[in-house]
Amino acid sequence: MKRTLYELISENKRRTFLFLIIFSIFLIGIGYLFVYALEWGTIGLILIGLFVILYNIIVYYNSDKIALLSVGAIPAKEEDFKILHNVVEEVSVAAGIPKPKVYVMNEMQPNAFATGRNPQNASICVTTGLLQMMNREELQGVIAHEMSHIRNYDILLMTVIGIVVGLIILLRDIFLRSMWLGGGRRRRDRDGAGGILMIVALILAIVSPILVALIRAAISRQREYLADADGAYIVRDPYGLASALEKIGLYKKPMQVASDATANLFISSPFMGEKYFATHPPIEDRIKRLKSLTF
Amino acid sequence: MFTWIILLIVAVIVFWFIGTYNMFITLKNRVKNAWAQIDVQLKRRYDLIPNLVETVKGYAKHEREVFEKVTELRTRAMSASGPKEVGEANNMLTGALKTLFAVAENYPELKANENFLKLQEELTNTENKIAFSRQFYNDIVMRYNMSQEKIPANLVAKIMGLTPSEYYPVPEEERGTVKVSF
Repeated sequence: MKRTLYELISENKRRTFLFLIIFSIFLIGIGYLFVYALEWGTIGLILIGLFVILYNIIVYYNSDKIALLSVGAIPAKEEDFKILHNVVEEVSVAAGIPKPKVYVMNEMQPNAFATGRNPQNASICVTTGLLQMMNREELQGVIAHEMSHIRNYDILLMTVIGIVVGLIILLRDIFLRSMWLGGGRRRRDRDGAGGILMIVALILAIVSPILVALIRAAISRQREYLADADGAYIVRDPYGLASALEKIGLYKKPMQVASDATANLFISSPFMGEKYFATHPPIEDRIKRLKSLTF
Repeated sequence: MFTWIILLIVAVIVFWFIGTYNMFITLKNRVKNAWAQIDVQLKRRYDLIPNLVETVKGYAKHEREVFEKVTELRTRAMSASGPKEVGEANNMLTGALKTLFAVAENYPELKANENFLKLQEELTNTENKIAFSRQFYNDIVMRYNMSQEKIPANLVAKIMGLTPSEYYPVPEEERGTVKVSF
């Protein structure tokens, strides 16, 4: 058990590193195109380099804050959310990691996610719907699932990929929109920024589905099954989580604030019908697997 | 040449001894630390119980035996020494508390009392933390005790005068799953 945990951690760190490297190369490539087309010369290249370094630092240290901000999560006050705080504290004792920061988001759909770059800087966020619907054991099961993601550094990889992909999607939309809006004028002065803009937009349009596929590969369904089993092991009780998943499965309305970028973070897909990308295995299957566990 | 080989062997043995000695010191302290984690929770639990008994008494005067049992077991647990004795007393106390909360189910007014609900949540919290730190404690004790028995480290353990640590007893009905709900 211990040995595989270390393996999981180092694999997640390696994948995050690799992902950031690959994406930095990609960014430098696009930047180079810009510099070349606009004839900014050496200074332009240095600026691009600095930008990429800065960008990586921001992504590594702040993607958890961005993720929390983007879904509108607020810190859960200890006096208002006593039981939630207690459960998080208990499960962190069981998992042997420091107590993560606790957030709530105002959302009826029962759901939860964890984020952060390591167990020392981790946060758990639950929806108000989850708190209303679950009893103590079910809440414990959900928190244990999240704690498992924190302990094996899934949170680092998932958050970083989520934020980077979110950025790409945002960039693509901006470029595409500016192309449609400014298309008429651009056609006349084909050289320079207009042409480059179009090339970049095309590259982004081609690259973003590839990146979404990459997320699928990185955040495989296996990862959720593993967090279910490991979470159940942490609290030595698979039934709390199984029953929580049953309740989550019965709720059929999609979440208001989730986007493609943050969907992979949640314990169950915030969208309904798995339209966008199936980051999560079917709930019935997860419940069946949980119920077959014995410790 | 020969003396060098002897010296080398002696050096290897000395380094091995130092390494093993330090390993035992580390493990011993980790056992102590793991026990301290449980102890903190046990103390908190002892502090909460009188309040709970007082609150419940206000609503359910007739359940005297239950109160007496809880109070008596609390005293016994507090005066117990060593993980085994403390653990056994506390496991009995857990049983008595379960009875107390089961009895409380019959008093709707009590169940609506905010103070009672707060105490119930606090006790559930300590209970779960005790159960989870117990897992850690027993895991580390197992490592400590096993290291003392293994050859050749057992020689160092004997020289250091180490004895195996006691396990924190796990209640019969809880073996396998940790699930506490009052």
